[in-house]
Amino acid sequence: MKLEVVRPGFATTVQDLGRPGHAALGVGRSGAADRSSFRLANRLVGNPSGAAALEVTLGGLVLRASAVTTVAVTGAACPLSKGGPNGPITLWPGEKLALGTAVSGLRCYVAVRGGIDVPPVLGSRATDTLGKLGPPPLAAGMLLPIGPAPQAFPVVDLAPRAALPASPVLRVTPGPRRDWFAAPDDLLSTVYTVSPDSDRVGIRFTGPPLSRARHDELPSEACVPGSLQVPPSGRPILFHADHPTTGGYPVLAVVEEEDLDLAAQLRPGQTVRFRRAS
Amino acid sequence: MTVRLLPCGRRGVLVETGDVLGYQAALAELAPDGVEELVPAARTLLVRFDPSVTDAGRLGAVLRAVSPVDSATADAGEVVLPVVYDGEDLAEVAAETGLSVDSVIARHSGGSYVSAFCGFAPGFAYLSGSDPVLHVARRSSPRTRIPPGSVAIAGEYSAVYPSASPGGWRLLGRTTVPVWDVERDPPNLLPPGTRVRFTAVPS
Repeated sequence: MKLEVVRPGFATTVQDLGRPGHAALGVGRSGAADRSSFRLANRLVGNPSGAAALEVTLGGLVLRASAVTTVAVTGAACPLSKGGPNGPITLWPGEKLALGTAVSGLRCYVAVRGGIDVPPVLGSRATDTLGKLGPPPLAAGMLLPIGPAPQAFPVVDLAPRAALPASPVLRVTPGPRRDWFAAPDDLLSTVYTVSPDSDRVGIRFTGPPLSRARHDELPSEACVPGSLQVPPSGRPILFHADHPTTGGYPVLAVVEEEDLDLAAQLRPGQTVRFRRAS
Repeated sequence: MTVRLLPCGRRGVLVETGDVLGYQAALAELAPDGVEELVPAARTLLVRFDPSVTDAGRLGAVLRAVSPVDSATADAGEVVLPVVYDGEDLAEVAAETGLSVDSVIARHSGGSYVSAFCGFAPGFAYLSGSDPVLHVARRSSPRTRIPPGSVAIAGEYSAVYPSASPGGWRLLGRTTVPVWDVERDPPNLLPPGTRVRFTAVPS
């Protein structure tokens, strides 16, 4: 069983839960940026939660099934040519599924019953866009191998999800280099705008620059997902799924792991605030 | 020896220590409950832990009590990398260091380097041992894309970008030797301890 990529959309990659534990080699975790949407998509088609699925940025993907197959689409709100989001959709042989352009949120997840069965690299099928590991991004005409259907059947018809907040707030805890900033709490009182120069590696923000109390060079140190790294331009960069394992600019704060799914849905031009985690 | 513990989200502590590799070896041997991963860097060791097993307080007490062990690095061999010195930042580095472009090249290719740690991207090795004159700062705003094979410097380190990536280092040139190849075992050409030399070659 194979799925044909009729149109890849704006940017679509294969993702799973990534390859944690290799940071000392310089290999980042990678994997789905919005992990709760990813897991839900797999659950809706009866897959194990870590089966490889498609991460579709902004929509536009068109797939054609060669055999009867069950798929599910979660994440960003995106018009579908058949069925609806957050529930299983049956595709008949030769039938297409088209995703329109996302109207709210940024990333959709398309899980296919059986999972995308590309060869794993260092234990994962995820595309690491920074580390250039895993399968290449989808292109028109590609045939995606689908694994055998799992024994479990989908048990949920629909999993309604709350709409994404219009004014997202990300919770932060102090980072290792908070004391390198003249007024670190400015982070919490500033309204930032998501820059178009954002991707799976990092979400860049525009807004008034944070000023440094120390101007010396920081020897490179390991970073965790969610790190808000501040280069000398003073505008924070939120390290996301494909973030570098080490960085040379000070990390002011760390976005809570639970809020990284929400961060993955931020659209360029949208405003965002940071709040201290309780 | 005193260490400084810095918070790093709810699942990590950054340990600032004068002997990162010795500290890492000691901690790896001790294997405290809940510790999932150790990531060494220049002056710090990231300790990632499972917050359902331990917490920063309990782990902190353990981390303060660790004594580094003697970590004599095993000799991991020598690699010679041919470099075409035509990097975009060559003139800027020359101006900043007060050297001519030719002497920047001579000093960089004349040095002998050792891989100190890996990080940032798969196969990105931080090579220590560069001439102190060449210890220049990173760019104030990182480039969004640096081509693979770029040979670059920042602070006390040299490196070869293993794949196209963003980065803030100063570009001196390029090499065609792949430093990371996932089909190779091991995929990393420059594991810690490897001695490295750069030789200037014509373009």
